[in-house]
Amino acid sequence: MSWLIDPFADFVFMQRALLGCIAISLGATPVGVFLLLRRMSLTGDAMAHAILPGAAVGYLVAGLNLGAMTIGGVVAGLIVAVLTGAVARFTALREDASLAAFYLISLALGVLLVSLKGSNVDLMHVLFGTVLALDDAALTLLCAITTFTLVALAMVFRPLVLECADPRFLASVSRWSGPVHFLFLGLVVLNLVAGFQALGTLMAVGIMILPAAAARFWANSIGGMLAVAATVVAVSSVAGLLASFHAGLPSGPAIILAAGTLYLLSLAFGPSGSLAARYWPRAHLEA
Amino acid sequence: MALRIRDLTLGYDRHPAVHHLDLDLAPGSLTAVVGPNGAGKSTLLKGLTGELAPLEGCIDRGVARLAYLPQLSEVDRSFPIAVGAFVAMGLWHRVGAFGRVGGQDAARVAEALAAVGLTGFDKRPISALSGGQVQRVMFARLLLQDADLILLDEPFTALDIKTAADLLAVVQRWHGQGRTVLAVLHDIEAVRRHFPETLLLAREKVAHGATDTVLTAENLFRARQMSEAFDDTANVCVRPATRGAA
Repeated sequence: MSWLIDPFADFVFMQRALLGCIAISLGATPVGVFLLLRRMSLTGDAMAHAILPGAAVGYLVAGLNLGAMTIGGVVAGLIVAVLTGAVARFTALREDASLAAFYLISLALGVLLVSLKGSNVDLMHVLFGTVLALDDAALTLLCAITTFTLVALAMVFRPLVLECADPRFLASVSRWSGPVHFLFLGLVVLNLVAGFQALGTLMAVGIMILPAAAARFWANSIGGMLAVAATVVAVSSVAGLLASFHAGLPSGPAIILAAGTLYLLSLAFGPSGSLAARYWPRAHLEA
Repeated sequence: MALRIRDLTLGYDRHPAVHHLDLDLAPGSLTAVVGPNGAGKSTLLKGLTGELAPLEGCIDRGVARLAYLPQLSEVDRSFPIAVGAFVAMGLWHRVGAFGRVGGQDAARVAEALAAVGLTGFDKRPISALSGGQVQRVMFARLLLQDADLILLDEPFTALDIKTAADLLAVVQRWHGQGRTVLAVLHDIEAVRRHFPETLLLAREKVAHGATDTVLTAENLFRARQMSEAFDDTANVCVRPATRGAA
């Protein structure tokens, strides 16, 4: 068992990495569950790309500085989210096409800015994160974003569920439809920005979507999905960090691949709607 | 009046789907809206809910609360939510976004499920329901909305006889409670039997009043003469407002 415990007991950087991963997961995973249920799984991916130019501007201004890159990322993400929503509501273009257009513009701008200054190593930091080198400020930021996310989700839980399940009904009984949609997109952006510190812009989406997708094969209620997704993410954080420690693998991809493995196992063997449920159904009931 | 409509024109891309409609609904009236496909029936309901803004004219809803059952609902039936929780959303006017759903509310949900014949379904996910059961669920939610004006768009289409009869009983219960109900229907015989008043619509109002005076062979023939297609070369409509003429 020492290989399981010792890395976390002996090395402070592993403890910080684990804390960072758990913090990101607790906030990002419920957001991911709602993204999945709203059929917006790829929106998270597009948003992650959209954040890049903001982080790049922050990096150009202040170097590898947490605050500047975070503010830049949040601003870029929110601009893309608001522009996307506005174009979808006021023109003939649908939300998916509108988002695709803006995130591609944003991504190209981001790559351009990163390559203007700095080496490829810096670009790799932004793209793949540095979970093994989280400082106090980064940890505080991650925990703050997660706290804010959980409080916000708890407050708008009812309108958010209704916006997913029956948006037309929500619009007919209240004015929540627009606000809850934009607030939710805001939470997506915030959590992606939190995620890219540790896991990088590209990997941050994985911690959102993979646990949610795995949970769909285990639970038939939102509460159940949230619980399963949180468990998946905790297990994959520990497994990924251990794999990274013992085998010298990059930590971000290792964590996401651990989550991906759990997703594939769920896909194959989960009790609800999985391949096993389809091809080896349990005996049916009388009524 | 529960509803007063004056010179209402609703449409899409400037083409009228409901054209210069005047209509008064008395409080507590039970009215069927009848007409061929493309007559503007669903469009009229969308105008009444505010989903579609009038191109001309005005709608005065003299009542506080409105409930609406659309023809094509946008319910995501794969969403993991139980029947009881879904139906409880009809209590929105009481609990809003943050209010507590208490014991009394749970009793109301159980009562609404019983009224539509779905006792014992409250824990079942909506994804496991049949089409008819979904329509029963929608009616249970409408019951909880406790609305003064209830708009139903083809509520009995594609239902078996028993389900349609059960849900018709719910409509008659609303009528007995003095609520104003406006329902789009295609089954003329059912309208004759169960709906005291009828609006016969063919883009314009063909007739409105007591059902047996509206659903005459002559009126139905006139309604069928309506051309369904929009005329792309039509001129701008300059018909003077009929305000006060109704």
